[in-house]
Amino acid sequence: MIKRIIILLVLAMLAAIFLDLAANYSEKTSLSPLGHYYAEQGPAEIGAANLVTAVVVTYRGLDTLGEVTVLFISAAGVGLMLRRTRRKDDDEDLEKGDRAEETAGTHKPASEIVETATELLLPMVMLFGIYVFLNGHLSPGGGFQGGAIIASGTMFLLLALPESHISRLMIAMTESLSGFSYVVIGVLGVLLAGGFLDNRIMGLGTYGSLFSAGAIPLIYVFVGLKVGFELSAVLDRFRKEDTGPL
Amino acid sequence: MSILADIQISLIVLCSGLGLILIGLWGILTQRNIIRMIVGFSLLDTGIHMVMVSIGYVTGGTAPIINDAVPMAEAASRIVDPVPSALVLTAIVIGLGVTAVMLSFAVRMYRERRTLMIDEFTESKW
Repeated sequence: MIKRIIILLVLAMLAAIFLDLAANYSEKTSLSPLGHYYAEQGPAEIGAANLVTAVVVTYRGLDTLGEVTVLFISAAGVGLMLRRTRRKDDDEDLEKGDRAEETAGTHKPASEIVETATELLLPMVMLFGIYVFLNGHLSPGGGFQGGAIIASGTMFLLLALPESHISRLMIAMTESLSGFSYVVIGVLGVLLAGGFLDNRIMGLGTYGSLFSAGAIPLIYVFVGLKVGFELSAVLDRFRKEDTGPL
Repeated sequence: MSILADIQISLIVLCSGLGLILIGLWGILTQRNIIRMIVGFSLLDTGIHMVMVSIGYVTGGTAPIINDAVPMAEAASRIVDPVPSALVLTAIVIGLGVTAVMLSFAVRMYRERRTLMIDEFTESKW
């Protein structure tokens, strides 16, 4: 009981702070100085039509590298947590439960409609994901969004065809190569242009065309592949018990 | 219509976001089921994102993408702040990673004890 009262008290105090915040809030009528700088100088400096992309990939590129690292660590953590250790000397009870879990895992197959729809739609979903990360510098979207769409395609596949095999080795290779290339591009920025992850190692190109904004499309391709495969690996981990190393 | 016109759009988003933060925190503090606690965390996370996005809104502003609709010369006066949007993009991805790790913890805990109730896990209780 006393716990409940404390919780309510904490929430009430927080609500009071929030109420004050909301009551004194007034919409901004102009950009903050930093936002103003990005809006004025961004197109000329970076050459990306999507200013959010310019901020994410170039101005705050180091943050994005950190973000990719966090995602990688969390994917590795999920892999570690869900690894099925072969416990020989375990409780009979737990073993029995595990077996029940496994038989529950091999549920009845998806309906024919779902399977056919998956075969039809899966290539399109994947293609859309690639489209989203290739056009990240021009339109809403980018590497993370495109990667999430690719992972949703994987989800689709796992729901419709639960027995389908996803090569862990292929996922690991693509993921590490993309991550490595991303860092290499960043280092090239130090050597050839203004600093780490500077996108001007390549020509800025025609503003607003697909091959523009220097290295941003390249970086987003690597980020998209990395995120897509990483999230696919996470989904695969949640599907069922570990089937082997890698 | 006139009442609606007086309300600022970003204030609606801000208040919804703050409400979600409170609901999420309530869920984390009161629920005993691990999955429900994770749902509470997700709500808290989403609420914070909404607050951040609403703070970046500029009256009458549009998406910070320069094309035919928003010419380069008018960009500074017509777009919303791109910085909070970029921050939220980062925050969403981190939130996803944290949620995935929490869910895998839940799976692992269920495997060990065959229950999702947090009261059953007394080892680290003091």
